[in-house]
Amino acid sequence: MLQKAFTGGRNYWILLAVWSLLMFVGLLAYSQQLTEGLQITGMTRDVTWGLYISQFTFLVGVAASAVMVVLPYYLHNYKAFGKLVILGEFLAVSAVLMCMLFIFVDMGQPTRVVNVMLHPSPNSLMFWDMMALMGYLILNAVIGFVTFDAERKGAPSPKWIKPLIYLSIPWAVSIHTVTAFLYAGLEARPFWMTAILGPRFLASAFASGPSLLILLALILRKFTSFDPGKEAIQKLATIVVYAMVINVFFFGVELFTGLYSDMPHHVHHFQYMFLGLDGYGALRPWMWVGQVLTLGAVTLLLIPKIRRQEKYLVVLCVAVVTAIWIEKGLAMVVTGFIPSPLGKITEYSPTAPEIAITFGVYALGFFVLTVLYRIVLSVRERVQVT
Amino acid sequence: MDGSRRSFLKETGLAALGVGCSLPFVGSACATGSAQEDTHGDSGSESQWAMVVDIEKCLDENVRRACVEACHRAHNVPSIPEPENEVKWIWTEEFDTVFPDQVHAQTAPAVKHAPILILCNHCDRPPCVRVCPTQATWKREEDGIVMMDMHRCIGCRYCIAACPYGSRSFNWKDPQEFIEQDENGEYSSEYPARTKGVVEKCNFCAERLREGLQPACVEAANQVEGGAGALTFGNLNEPDSEVKQILGERHTITRRVGLGTGPNIYYIV
Repeated sequence: MLQKAFTGGRNYWILLAVWSLLMFVGLLAYSQQLTEGLQITGMTRDVTWGLYISQFTFLVGVAASAVMVVLPYYLHNYKAFGKLVILGEFLAVSAVLMCMLFIFVDMGQPTRVVNVMLHPSPNSLMFWDMMALMGYLILNAVIGFVTFDAERKGAPSPKWIKPLIYLSIPWAVSIHTVTAFLYAGLEARPFWMTAILGPRFLASAFASGPSLLILLALILRKFTSFDPGKEAIQKLATIVVYAMVINVFFFGVELFTGLYSDMPHHVHHFQYMFLGLDGYGALRPWMWVGQVLTLGAVTLLLIPKIRRQEKYLVVLCVAVVTAIWIEKGLAMVVTGFIPSPLGKITEYSPTAPEIAITFGVYALGFFVLTVLYRIVLSVRERVQVT
Repeated sequence: MDGSRRSFLKETGLAALGVGCSLPFVGSACATGSAQEDTHGDSGSESQWAMVVDIEKCLDENVRRACVEACHRAHNVPSIPEPENEVKWIWTEEFDTVFPDQVHAQTAPAVKHAPILILCNHCDRPPCVRVCPTQATWKREEDGIVMMDMHRCIGCRYCIAACPYGSRSFNWKDPQEFIEQDENGEYSSEYPARTKGVVEKCNFCAERLREGLQPACVEAANQVEGGAGALTFGNLNEPDSEVKQILGERHTITRRVGLGTGPNIYYIV
């Protein structure tokens, strides 16, 4: 099956070359970071996590969202997702890989990363997050390959895979819950210390992940023989609408508690994001763009006539992914540090090498994704021919 | 009463094979039990080092400078010029940022902006220890110092996110060229210099305590004119210790009591 990765048209190789180039640039920047230390990033004494940990947080959501195709297909026998399930599982594999790499590039002493295994610390959520992510990676890789191998042979999947598939459903929920707990358990950071953080993470994940899957499926349909089917895309769109509405509701709940109570240490963070605090407001334009995209997308997605037209759906999916990327991949982590526990406002903006490393990690994830999807397509094309 | 509660905590800990109180949920349950009474200095450690800072005596800049310089020299703390990369073990911040719950709109400016020495609080229930994924930072059983193993630290900076006091510093760059050296290129202290990519903080001079010495900042303050008693260091579990006596007589506060971390740096107002 794996040799199928080496078959593909011109576009396939060009795509791989682009990812490789970005990976190479990222690697160059990372070697600079290895020699000079994390000073080459925009992170500082006060804002100690930045773009890397933000991308990690965003991508855990993308990974978890595979459950939105796995659950209907396997638990409710929803056949229309038949062709999409494998795409969802492989998207999860590539997203978890990126998550792990983003944690890795954020470390000050990457060579010591095995210390997390050598000195397991069950009181640390980071330990649990690592366990959850590794488990999820293995689950999705195994499930994906085994079920797809069966499909290739035209045989039913082996029985032993069923329990693993069922296990992967709560496991998907767990990876994003544990990731939220990573933040929500810190009394030092009132912005993160809210019980709604976990539910919000899940809601936004189940909106952004399926949106991304819709986009990927439509791209594949445009350039290859793959066709997910209209019904599958529309069902995913419905999932996106529900998740996005719940996400907006959760955000409103959080905003109410924070603002109505009017406690300064709650209000300050929101003030920083949306209005600017003491003259600092680097995130302000992003936040408002995010709000417009969120509300615009939710409103239009709710109208069936618009949602059902794929040309509009594509735009709305891009809006959803962008809005949630701004929320989680940009603002959520950094704002927790602003203001600092000592009341200082230090703004954060990523540096060029930091962005290069970030693109490099994404490129690696998309390289893996491209290869995995190529395998799926090649096998299916052959099955169709014979 | 104090002792019996501590032994109760120990037994619960033992019952859970020694992990009981270190687990997130059980740990907080234990904490609630002890929070019903006075929590300060009740960390379950056999003894607990603590420091009392006399805010008034520390108003003198010479006193504060002596403390900071002595500490940073004793531990080869680098002097990094740009504030965003600074490494600090003990330093000065203004009263209103150190004690945000102790100021109000009418607080006199002199109080609001009074310079306060701050350092690691060596908390009874340190959040940094709770979150560390490698046990590179831990609360030392025998004397309650929050220790740091810079050789085990992976530099994930979770502890910095968790510390409500901003007491921890990360080495964003190689610190060694920013450490004071004499003409022979020797550092002023034998304390191991750090590498880039690890977190560090005040260790209550664990290396000096081992030799029976007082922490460097305390010693330095006492040597400055007018600085005697600016910082007092001692064991909270010894009824006759000087810190215990001061805490029994004077009005003292700790930072952000509401968080329940139980700081062991006390300030005489």
